[in-house]
Amino acid sequence: MRLRLEARREPSRAMLYVTPALAVAMTVLAGIFIFTAMGYDGLGAIYQIFITPLADPYRWQDLFVKAAPLIIIALGLAVGFRANVWNIGAEGQYIVGALAGTGVALASWGMEGYWILPAMILAGILGGLAWAAIPAFLKTRFKVNEILTSLMLTYVAIQLLYYLMRGPWKDPEGFNFPQTRLFTEWQTLPAAVPGTLIHLGVPVALALAVVAWVVLARTVTGFQVRIVGLAPQAARYAGFSARRTVWLALLTSGGLAGLAGIFEAAGPFQQMTPQFPVNYGFTAIIVAFLGRLHPLGIVLAGMVLAVSYVGGENAQTTIGLPYAATGMFQAMMLFFLLAVDVLVRYRLRLSGPGAARPHQESRPQAPAAARTPAPESASA
Amino acid sequence: MSSAVLISIAMTVVGAATPILLAALGELVVEKSGVLNLGLEGMMLIGAVTAFAVTYSTGSAPLGLIAAMAASAAASMIFGFLTLTLTANQVATGLALTIFGIGLSSLIGQGFVGRTVDALHRTFPAALAEHPVWRLIFGHSPLVYISLVMTALVAWFLTRSRAGLILRAIGESDEAAHSIGYSVIGVRYLAVAFGGAMAGLGGSYYSLVLTPMWADRLTAGRGWIALALVVFASWRPLRLLAGAYLFGAVMTFELHAKAAGVSFLAPEFLAMLPYLATIVVLTVISVAPAGGRLAAPACLGKPFRATG
Amino acid sequence: MGQEGHPPRLALEGITKRFPGVLANDEVSFAVAPGEIHALLGENGAGKSTLVKIIYGVLHADEGRILWDGRPVEIPNPKAARRLGIGMVFQHFSLFEAMTVLENIALGIDEKVGWRELQERVVRILEAYDLPLDPRREVHTLSVGERQRIEIVRALLQKPRLLIMDEPTSVLTPQEVERLFDTLRQLASEGCSILYISHKLHEIKALCDTATILRGGRVVGTCDPKAESARSMAEMMIGGALRDVSRRRGGEFGQDRLNVVRLSAPGEGPFGVPLKEISLNVRAGEIVGIAGVAGNGQNELLAALAGEMEGAEHGAIFLNGKACIAANVGERRREGMCSVPEERYGHGAVPGISLSDNAVLTARYRMGLTGQGFIRYAAAEDFARNVIETFGVRTTGPKATAGSLSGGNLQKFIMGREILQKPDILVVSQPTWGVDAGAAAAIHQALLDLAAAGSAILLISQDLDELLALCDRIAVINGGRLSQMMEVEGISIERVGLLMGGMHGENESPPGGGARERRNAA
Repeated sequence: MRLRLEARREPSRAMLYVTPALAVAMTVLAGIFIFTAMGYDGLGAIYQIFITPLADPYRWQDLFVKAAPLIIIALGLAVGFRANVWNIGAEGQYIVGALAGTGVALASWGMEGYWILPAMILAGILGGLAWAAIPAFLKTRFKVNEILTSLMLTYVAIQLLYYLMRGPWKDPEGFNFPQTRLFTEWQTLPAAVPGTLIHLGVPVALALAVVAWVVLARTVTGFQVRIVGLAPQAARYAGFSARRTVWLALLTSGGLAGLAGIFEAAGPFQQMTPQFPVNYGFTAIIVAFLGRLHPLGIVLAGMVLAVSYVGGENAQTTIGLPYAATGMFQAMMLFFLLAVDVLVRYRLRLSGPGAARPHQESRPQAPAAARTPAPESASA
Repeated sequence: MSSAVLISIAMTVVGAATPILLAALGELVVEKSGVLNLGLEGMMLIGAVTAFAVTYSTGSAPLGLIAAMAASAAASMIFGFLTLTLTANQVATGLALTIFGIGLSSLIGQGFVGRTVDALHRTFPAALAEHPVWRLIFGHSPLVYISLVMTALVAWFLTRSRAGLILRAIGESDEAAHSIGYSVIGVRYLAVAFGGAMAGLGGSYYSLVLTPMWADRLTAGRGWIALALVVFASWRPLRLLAGAYLFGAVMTFELHAKAAGVSFLAPEFLAMLPYLATIVVLTVISVAPAGGRLAAPACLGKPFRATG
Repeated sequence: MGQEGHPPRLALEGITKRFPGVLANDEVSFAVAPGEIHALLGENGAGKSTLVKIIYGVLHADEGRILWDGRPVEIPNPKAARRLGIGMVFQHFSLFEAMTVLENIALGIDEKVGWRELQERVVRILEAYDLPLDPRREVHTLSVGERQRIEIVRALLQKPRLLIMDEPTSVLTPQEVERLFDTLRQLASEGCSILYISHKLHEIKALCDTATILRGGRVVGTCDPKAESARSMAEMMIGGALRDVSRRRGGEFGQDRLNVVRLSAPGEGPFGVPLKEISLNVRAGEIVGIAGVAGNGQNELLAALAGEMEGAEHGAIFLNGKACIAANVGERRREGMCSVPEERYGHGAVPGISLSDNAVLTARYRMGLTGQGFIRYAAAEDFARNVIETFGVRTTGPKATAGSLSGGNLQKFIMGREILQKPDILVVSQPTWGVDAGAAAAIHQALLDLAAAGSAILLISQDLDELLALCDRIAVINGGRLSQMMEVEGISIERVGLLMGGMHGENESPPGGGARERRNAA
């Protein structure tokens, strides 16, 4: 007897919804096992990571604050991933967006006016856009792979941040600490819920999710993104320009990453420091996949990852679980998701030796150059 | 510049080139079989921390190297299982592997931060290895010589051996290879494992030779540069060798610039150079008429599922 | 059928093979004698491919047994098949484009041979069977006929005692077919048995000693093809009386709907074929055919006409007299040009999305399936349902994914989607490739009806029979160039074949070719 995969005639919709939950559950089980094996209290670690942040209503605001940037970035990435445009440099766009907004803040320091914050936000979006425009230009003009360029630019952005913090943008009254001045009240995000940490970025993230949902599900643009990703040749046949889709995907994800960056700088940080990058741009990749590249799924996934961040900090203080464990934990979630993903397209079957292997005789005999796009059947 | 300075610059270039050469050689074989493993950075980190931990605990660097290769190969098997057996998306899985490797390495490494081991510096006796001139040839770590031998071996394997021919064929057309009767998935598993082991070897260069100590994210994105190097080399091992040394020179520019007394650029801008150079090089190679794209294996990154 | 005293080289007894929901082979039994050329005849989907895959060890039968020289054998994999002496030439070649002929041959044989020795043996075989082929060339530079020769050499190097040829002529020119038949006859005379899979009756009559006819996975007859008429075999194959598709020619045509003047375009992909100064016109009510062996610029021609090249083409294209070389896909569609590409999965349709969404793909321009940037899903579903009902697409409804349809049904959907847009000009490539006879007849009828209603149709096909049955005029595309247009009435097949093989007309053809043509014309 052995396990084998049998192609489904239609992808399973039920599995589409079940698998992310399954992946989280498997991550929890694996986490208990791994942390125990490493000499920690495995059950305790999982309790700290997954239950305490939810059990304590006082921590809920933390969850929203952590989830907001993840959701905003992941929404943009989802547009790209749907179109097979792999922007993995969101971290860089996030940093440059924050830097651009910070530039406006420093230039307008000491001024007053309601225009300042919107100007910072606009600069943040433009900063992210500009940083993402580089890989977009290189891909559309010279066919340079966007994976490597967008990632390289993240390292460049980090160095740019260090340079500005240690050099021109250093707080003149900051005892030579490499960080900027604190933003003024005209330059910080107002609280969305008075008396909490929940800033304007949180409702904006939710609103953006709804907008993204409508655009992706209902508009020709959303359709175009999906078709270009699924079948580039069919997209051309349908009159959708691949080049424009690349620009659209990268500018959207870059702009949103920049927006998340300036929200974070003008929100929780209220200044710019070398500690600003905390890998939200990478974690958002996990959020996008766990949310199935669907805006509402991304909101849920953003909350799950936020729980793991907050819980990870809990576990750090209570049982001494290193912070790095959180990153590994999050990556495991993506591993498990990718693994159980197979259930959407395939059925698991137990089979005895010599049993018939699946095959669809009704499949076409496509011309030699063509490959059948959907993998269809399994054999040893 | 005196010859002593030139020699010491050359030594640093070798040091910067060797780890990315090792990792890129593995990735080249993986990509030739039609698989794109973006988890290079993660596997290098896993190799780096394993090599350090084992060497630190046992005092044996060779044991550390073997453990590093085994650990990275094991990590690559997670990637292999997901992408080859379960036909998961190779880009997403590779990214997950990198994030996983970053987390795992810093988890394992947290007990070792700041500790040092005896560096795996020398291959030959001191008379040769520390000779002011001959050290250019004899003064390197064994890993340097291993990387050169591996370059020749991989070049021979791909162009001269029957197994290499089969591997290339699978990367060129998985379906044709399958219909002739070759095990596409089996060969790809082997290639991915080889890629993992080489990445582990490359990673251990950082923790055993270059810094001989452990620090978080020791490889600092060099895995991604190794990936770019494979494209730059148009999937040819000898061009890979040249490319690695070219990149090695760029990566150590910061040191050279200091040695030459360059001070008009802030150190942060010098640190950007390798990454900017990578972008420039990728662009140039895409524009060049004899550009690398034709050389890319036709099935690179496409999932394969055997059909009856 | 075995010769006296000799057991058959290959005998199948009660071979049965089931797939989920399909009985692909149902108690299939037949035998092939030494030196016999045995035809396996059947429609697409009759179970021929499954059967030969079982013989070659790619698939395994659920029931039944295989006898080799009278002894029962197990054939677990292709390697075991080759050890027995079974050689196979696949319909879709197992070749590696970026590698040399010799490398390809080395990959296809099991024994380990040095390069020099292999090259010598290859050259010996090429000479013995009079096969022109340069072992050092890279495959992507070769014609389809030359590529097939690689497969044949691969098989012959193993000294096969049974050679399986799966639909070998579907992509060859008539001349290449003749040459292939000579090779096969020579092999048979040397004692090698040949199992020849085809659905082309005249070829089987010309070549084969015996024919086994499959329908719906079962053997429905065995006959001597030379003694049968093509019609009787066809009726056995299809299982009913044959319906003729014929059209009345010589009708009056209207104005030029499509006019192409000196159209040039770059090749698509690393192995693409650039178009060189193609000129043609198609009038209202007319069907113009483009014949040619695959990979001679057909894909580029369709892409350039449909606007898929995003401005890379040069020359002039007039739709209804209006210049549109600069127009994109959408503008050309609104102007009345629809197209159906050769590849269904991933080009003509997206397998992973519903038929309704696939309708939006191309019909949105002319059928109002979008508005203010939003998709009108209800309208799309109605249109998809209309296509399904009008063209008899067998499916569960507009919500079914395109990938769940059989090739023939998906093709009917795609054709229907384009035809129901009432195009002034329809450009179609390989509309019946791999489609069962019923669907093919329906598609042919739909094309004829569309032309009768006044549309202009440009039909790109490798199937000469199809072109001759449907078209009013035909030109041949070769190496990205188009030959002169020829009236189908009184056309010379030999001339078409020569053009397909690369002779570009009187001026360019070598002396021998020209002489043959003149003799033919006389």
